[in-house]
Amino acid sequence: MKGRLAYTGITAALVFFAGYAALFLAPDEATMHAVQRIFYFHVGSWNAMFCALFVVFCANVAYLLTRKQKYDALGVSGVEVAVMCCTIGLVTGPLWAKPVWGIYWTWDARLTSTFILWLLYIAYLLLRGLLEDPEKKASLSAIFGIFAFLDVPMVYLSNRLWRTQHPQPVILGGAGSGMAPMIAKVLVLCIVAMFFLMVLVFIDRYRLEQLRNECEELRFEIESRSAQVQSLPPSAAQRMSS
Amino acid sequence: MTTVGAAGILLGKELRLEFRSRELLSATIIFALVVVVLFSFAFDPTAAESRRYGPGLLWIAFLFAGSLMLNPSFSREQTNETLDALRMAPISPFAILLGKMLANFIFMSVAELVLVPVFAVLYNISIVGIVWRLVLVLSLGTTGLVVTGTVFSAVSAQARMRELLLPLLLLPILTPLLIAAVESTASLFQEQPSLDRTRVAFLAGFDIVFLTASWLLCDYLLED
Repeated sequence: MKGRLAYTGITAALVFFAGYAALFLAPDEATMHAVQRIFYFHVGSWNAMFCALFVVFCANVAYLLTRKQKYDALGVSGVEVAVMCCTIGLVTGPLWAKPVWGIYWTWDARLTSTFILWLLYIAYLLLRGLLEDPEKKASLSAIFGIFAFLDVPMVYLSNRLWRTQHPQPVILGGAGSGMAPMIAKVLVLCIVAMFFLMVLVFIDRYRLEQLRNECEELRFEIESRSAQVQSLPPSAAQRMSS
Repeated sequence: MTTVGAAGILLGKELRLEFRSRELLSATIIFALVVVVLFSFAFDPTAAESRRYGPGLLWIAFLFAGSLMLNPSFSREQTNETLDALRMAPISPFAILLGKMLANFIFMSVAELVLVPVFAVLYNISIVGIVWRLVLVLSLGTTGLVVTGTVFSAVSAQARMRELLLPLLLLPILTPLLIAAVESTASLFQEQPSLDRTRVAFLAGFDIVFLTASWLLCDYLLED
């Protein structure tokens, strides 16, 4: 409990400083000015999303191999957190694109791929909602999760064969990439802050899922016990209830 | 019994079942035709435009028709719980999946065999010189469609609202396949037809990745 409190405190401080640094400390960008500052959170949320999806993929494989319920809980919490991060990225992107590109949306490789990725993981959550049996729900959604994860690089590759409008990667992006040292520092801070925030939400969601499962098990046990009591002869039932 | 032998027997069973009634096949063909006809009403394309949009339309029609056709593949087994009987047989679960994939591939191919000439006539596209290249592209694309579609049909058959769920699961996964198939079909429909090697290789790669994945995951997919 103490550790959780400390972690929440660290995350809150990091998010606060990241927000401050992105808005006030980072230098003004030469051509885009204030609009560019959304970039710090945009990149941070994508990074957090990919980390969450990687955990989801590992959890899906681990579930199928071990059948431990905790991996299923890890998978579904990860997908929910990743969809949240993806939504942040998909909303901040067009907000930036309208003043800079002149349009909100373009069918460019990265935009299209992330949109498909968002749809895929929404379908994952829908599938879970429509499966009744808990074990089927866990194993079938794990299978779908693995298929979806395999699909993502192919979506990107197939789109890459088209013309692309998204800014080239500024980190390790080859010739012409790179950024001012201060911008880089603020970006790293923002990426770390978003990552910590993602982990915080992830852990909370995971605990919630575990509590829900525990609740479900207890309810099931109460039902089966009350059925037992009802099937007993009246004298024995009285003895058990007293 | 070997996996291939068992899959062959299951394929025979699926084909017998379908060709007794031919319900699924005729419904699929008519549905795809309706899509093709509706498109010409919605856009009223000229000859140059149909060359440009035709491939996309053709593949959208196949994907929609496929996502409807693949639905009964596993849900049909649930009426009399015959899937349990299949699972009890001393064969590998992949044989069940493979038999159904092959059957679905044949159904889709028959539908395409009817649809492509009709499409070529309606949209004034000559396919005489490109038949074999078109067959290659169509069969690679159809393989990807039926491999993922059959797996997801087994998934969605166990859920509520399965008729609606299957397209929701299947169509986003098929986006890379759609892109590569449409682009390579488009380069075949050009005045100077050419076969784009990268896209064909991409289609083959898609098929291999998902066929391998379904081979690895079929034990979990068909367990009870």
